[in-house]
Amino acid sequence: MARRKEAPEASRLKCGAGARSHAREARVRAIFIVSGCFSLVVMALIVLFLFREGIGLFGEVRPWDFIFGKLWYPTYDPPDFGILPLITGSLLVTLVSSLIAVPLGVGAALYLAEVASPRVREWVKPAVELLASLPSVVLGFVGMVVIAPLMQEWLDLPTGLNIINASMMLALMAIPTIASISEDALYAVPRDLPEASLALGATPWETLVKVTIPGALSGISTGVILGMSRAMGETMVVLMVAGGAAQIPDLLGSFPGFLFESVRPLPATIAAEMGETPYGGTHYHALFAIGMVLFFITLGFNLLATWLSKRFQQKGAATL
Amino acid sequence: MNTRTLASRKARQSLAFGIIRLAMLMVVGALGGIILLLVVQGIGAINWTFLTDVPRDSMTKGGIFPAIVGTIYLTLGALLTALPLGLASAVYLSEYATQGRLLGLVRLGIQNLAGVPSVVFGLFGLALFVVHFHMGVSLAAGSLTLGLLILPTVIGASEEALRAVPAMFREASLSLGATRWQTIRKVVLPAAMPGILTGSILGIGRAAGETAPIMFTAATFYTLQLPSSPWQEVMALPYHIYVLATAGTHIDQTRPLQFGTVLVLITLVLGMSLTAILIRSRLRKSKKW
Repeated sequence: MARRKEAPEASRLKCGAGARSHAREARVRAIFIVSGCFSLVVMALIVLFLFREGIGLFGEVRPWDFIFGKLWYPTYDPPDFGILPLITGSLLVTLVSSLIAVPLGVGAALYLAEVASPRVREWVKPAVELLASLPSVVLGFVGMVVIAPLMQEWLDLPTGLNIINASMMLALMAIPTIASISEDALYAVPRDLPEASLALGATPWETLVKVTIPGALSGISTGVILGMSRAMGETMVVLMVAGGAAQIPDLLGSFPGFLFESVRPLPATIAAEMGETPYGGTHYHALFAIGMVLFFITLGFNLLATWLSKRFQQKGAATL
Repeated sequence: MNTRTLASRKARQSLAFGIIRLAMLMVVGALGGIILLLVVQGIGAINWTFLTDVPRDSMTKGGIFPAIVGTIYLTLGALLTALPLGLASAVYLSEYATQGRLLGLVRLGIQNLAGVPSVVFGLFGLALFVVHFHMGVSLAAGSLTLGLLILPTVIGASEEALRAVPAMFREASLSLGATRWQTIRKVVLPAAMPGILTGSILGIGRAAGETAPIMFTAATFYTLQLPSSPWQEVMALPYHIYVLATAGTHIDQTRPLQFGTVLVLITLVLGMSLTAILIRSRLRKSKKW
């Protein structure tokens, strides 16, 4: 800093130096405010470019036929660009995986927050965080190479690549999200509430069910929704394990046999077909349009989670 | 009035806590089982040639050196993209932002950016970097895409680290006549640096393991050269695993190599994450202030 070396003269030049440093402070401040907005800029660019590349589809396919069309045959002549089977595929694996992930994730959070001794907790918590950092392609690989052959053999199925296998692997990705957000929510409940309950003679379990969990419910639901959003957007697992058939499984007729059907969720379709489609064709535009659908579905999930966590935020003991 | 006896209430509690323990056990068991299985299956493939040689005989022999190098380059590139931007955003959030509409909007942007599916980042990178900026399928395009993907992670970790610096530090510096920027640069950032780096390592781990964002922006199935410029396409470990497991012509012959590649990837990723997690828990415990 040049100015610091001139310290003796600085007192005489105070006015000028002050103004100069003031101007620089304002500049620095402006730079940081602008860079603070960078994430917003990226979000805007994502929307812009998905639209730019995806909008071309709707010159040839009507939006209604795109969303509700039951046939996805992009390479046939004439091609079909109906993504309803892809949407139902995504919804099915997301729902089934959350049926697995919610009990386990919330259970893990309850364990970490209420049951575990501090020493055990110190070991188990990093394990859950570690699960979060397992790359999705590794889980996809395990589902494909290890689980699928076992499933095929034990259950005598034509293929082990199906909804239930993909859902189990997706659940492993969603559990850490659900567990860590739920755990934070349990901790955020003011301590005097459970303490009052215990003092009145309730057992720790009764306190947990009637006081702590209701107090943390908004946080837990936020975690569940973010976990589902993660499962919905996850690509590699569904690409490698869900089987890849663009069909709508017969849910009621074959319950619960539909779990062993093959599906082709939205992210899997994009990842599998982008490499094989020529740039700028209808199929290319259609894949970007699918990206748009996926983007807005997950955005909806995330906004819902944000809204839930704000709307039902615990504001001290009084709101309980 | 609770009419159940204390004994039955206690029994109920034991049962419930037992179920909770079981849930945790299943989660940890799944993680442990998967890692154990991958280590056992993969360790046989790991040797010096595997780590340092190029793939040979249509990938059935040789090694994965180009993929290891590619993943390291991509990850470093992602960090170079995300760290300056993320740090600047975090400084804004923790030091300059005032409550208001803009702050709410920025936070909403960051939260939702964190929720954008990785394959959508891949499409975005393809449209913006590969096509619009004419970068082609390249190391540069992939690094920038991955950098934007981990940006929310880096912002979150950096902000947490900056906020953990006590207000007292800032007040002391300001009261000595330092300006706000001087205070941030000389007092707040150095104190927060370990936390910022730990968070960034977690981000790096994520970048190293992602596949979908690099599929259309950077990764190639097969190349013998190491990248000599950012405009070349590269091999990468996650993509290599995907290709060998699904599209290879000798899927069964390459099975041991697939497990070996998976083991190298998880060693890289989990090693980094574990380091970051351990350093962070130590930092949180031994705060000097």
